[in-house]
Amino acid sequence: MKRFAIGLACAALLVAAAAAAAQEHIATMRPATPLAENGTPAPMPKPVNSDIRQVRNYPEQPPLIPHTIEGYQIDKNSNKCLSCHSRTAIEVSQAPMVSITHFMNRDNQFLASVTPRRYFCNQCHVPQTDARPLVENDFVDVDEVLEYVKSKEGAK
Amino acid sequence: MLAFLKRLWTTIRRPSVHYSLGFLTLGGFIMGIIFWGGFNTALELTNTEKFCTGCHEMRDNVFAELKTTIHYSNRSGVRATCPDCHVPHEWTDKIARKMQASKEVWGKIFGTINTREKFLEHRLELAQHEWARLKANNSLECRNCHSADSMDITRQSGRASEAHQRFLFTGEKTCIDCHKGIAHRLPDMSQSAWHGEKPEKMLKEATAFLATRQD
Repeated sequence: MKRFAIGLACAALLVAAAAAAAQEHIATMRPATPLAENGTPAPMPKPVNSDIRQVRNYPEQPPLIPHTIEGYQIDKNSNKCLSCHSRTAIEVSQAPMVSITHFMNRDNQFLASVTPRRYFCNQCHVPQTDARPLVENDFVDVDEVLEYVKSKEGAK
Repeated sequence: MLAFLKRLWTTIRRPSVHYSLGFLTLGGFIMGIIFWGGFNTALELTNTEKFCTGCHEMRDNVFAELKTTIHYSNRSGVRATCPDCHVPHEWTDKIARKMQASKEVWGKIFGTINTREKFLEHRLELAQHEWARLKANNSLECRNCHSADSMDITRQSGRASEAHQRFLFTGEKTCIDCHKGIAHRLPDMSQSAWHGEKPEKMLKEATAFLATRQD
């Protein structure tokens, strides 16, 4: 009985030690600063303002915004984006027009203006910053996948 | 009344009996300095942000909104105060604007925008007044700081430099045409308020047009 108790105590100690060791090595995005203290925040990344349209990673991807949108007002009163991207504004602004799908209601009926469900641009469209990715991204474009499949079929 | 005016006129016309010419001219000169200085000091006192935000109408609505914009907080620490944009800097224009502002004193006394709801109701009209003023003076108050000559478009983003070359340098548009709502939130901009058209006018035109079609 006594030996069993000692064994149990040893096992408990081992588990506790292992847990403590594991805790130190858990990969986490949280900086080393303890929770109760304020660490030095990383410098804020700069917004990309190149005006160069970015490739869409898949056809349905909402196009990225290649310019800063700081202070843009999008609410019931006004939509700053549409002051350049609306159907009537693009002649002056030479900006891409808001997609025709944005005039469709959910029954696929075209309305006279942008539907309320597509009105808030930055629900889907986002600008980019020059921040470095936190983890490596091994996304493969579908065109490459198709090439790969074709090459496999050719090899057969 | 007429008799009183006549008496006043004879008093003014009559040469002074007790005071010397030196006293009168020098006294007049000094009093002139004091009155003129006092007037200008009082005028400049009403030309400060502290004065503007002394009333809750301005402090809680437009000034609160300004604080989130680049004209209040930015990297270089240069900022615009209320009169920088809303009062002309030249003296004659300034006096003209100050006389117009008596309407604003009226509004303050009778509480035209003394609640948030009333303010929002009048917001489009108030904004349109300012847009019309800036449009008429070719965005003079913008240009007091932002001069087109000193604008280095090579340091602007491609979009900005292209727009400034196409519209600003050619004189086709003035600052306020594109830069509405940069210092305060915008009112309801539907019905082409962007282009300075009055919704009532557009509605009337559309109704008239539809009426001709129905015949």
